[in-house]
Amino acid sequence: MTEDLLPALAARAAAAAHARDPACPCTAATLVHREDTTVVRHAVAVAKAHPAETDTAELAVRTAVAARLPGILLPPLTPAPAELHGRPVTYWPYGMPVGPDDPDAAPWEEAGVLLARLHRTPLPEAVPPMRGPEKAARAVALLGDLAPRHPAAAPVLDAWADLPPWARGEAPAPGPVRLCHGDFHLGQLIRDRAPGGPWLLIDVDDLGAGPPVWDLARPAAWYAVGMLDPDAWHLFLTAYRAAGGPAVPPDGDPWPVLDVPARALTAQTAARAVTKAAAAGRPLDEVEEWLVDACARMRSVPAAAPAD
Amino acid sequence: MQCPKCRAPMHTYNRNGVQIEQCSGCRGIFLDYGELEALTRLESQWSQPAPPPPAAPQAYPPAAAPQAPAWGAPHGGHYGGHRRHKSFGHMLFSS
Repeated sequence: MTEDLLPALAARAAAAAHARDPACPCTAATLVHREDTTVVRHAVAVAKAHPAETDTAELAVRTAVAARLPGILLPPLTPAPAELHGRPVTYWPYGMPVGPDDPDAAPWEEAGVLLARLHRTPLPEAVPPMRGPEKAARAVALLGDLAPRHPAAAPVLDAWADLPPWARGEAPAPGPVRLCHGDFHLGQLIRDRAPGGPWLLIDVDDLGAGPPVWDLARPAAWYAVGMLDPDAWHLFLTAYRAAGGPAVPPDGDPWPVLDVPARALTAQTAARAVTKAAAAGRPLDEVEEWLVDACARMRSVPAAAPAD
Repeated sequence: MQCPKCRAPMHTYNRNGVQIEQCSGCRGIFLDYGELEALTRLESQWSQPAPPPPAAPQAYPPAAAPQAPAWGAPHGGHYGGHRRHKSFGHMLFSS
């Protein structure tokens, strides 16, 4: 079925592009082709086939939210998901991604502002829960299933086991919920192709109601582990606060709030890395070791308890 | 190398041009022959020419590093020098 999907999806993307631009240059590319997700581009249009098990009603709500928040989220080309080979399909305008070779040039400030604006949006009616903790739980469970005897598995599984139930996706988060992206990383930012066009957030698959601090916690984890330039982290956090982002107090130490979700996202990233390395039969590389080392240190440092 | 005290792996850091090894577990520091002297020398360079009283607190230009959790990488991270590592770029662009 996956073999049939790709050409069919490419044809749909072409049709979407030609509807918008009769003089289409017909440049086409497969942007993502994984077992569960396929994304193809045809000039100005992008078609995304979501995982077969996607709840289509929830996806429709999430896509509708994107349509209603221009300037924050990329609006879809068509309001409702379609269906193709048993997979929900959505259509989007093509935008320029962040250059993968230069994370320092990433729009950290703009990202902070976009997330602050997203979190300040009144929570749309009927929006499903944000799926971040659930996906982290899945990554850690996969490590436990596939590579439990890998020497790096124990520190990651222990760090995860020490987390409170909400961060493992087993209970609702304490504190107020907001509209969250749910899976923020640098691949989730695109820029309108017009010169100087604004940056926008993409990928609504995990969007929903949840603790907004989750969206800050992945960059926080990268910074804590030593992967992210302190200046980039500072820019991102400062811009988020200046834009009135509600996830952290407006000044002072943000770590009492960031600590638990940053631990969870460090464990998730470490779990993915160890699972992949084990499957490939290769040793962990240096960055992957940093993630596992950070997990190993967590047990000796009690988790912060936020004031509320 | 392994920490002689707790056996956890040790990582190398550069402090003002001096390579030091720090344990990822107990955070103990290992110095090679001559490194303590190099650090002492650096320290005396800082204190010797009694600096004129700074005009403003900005005398030390880099602002305080942002706060970090105690389980994070020692002293603000490994950042720098390791940037082009294979998995590094990929991780910033994926879940």
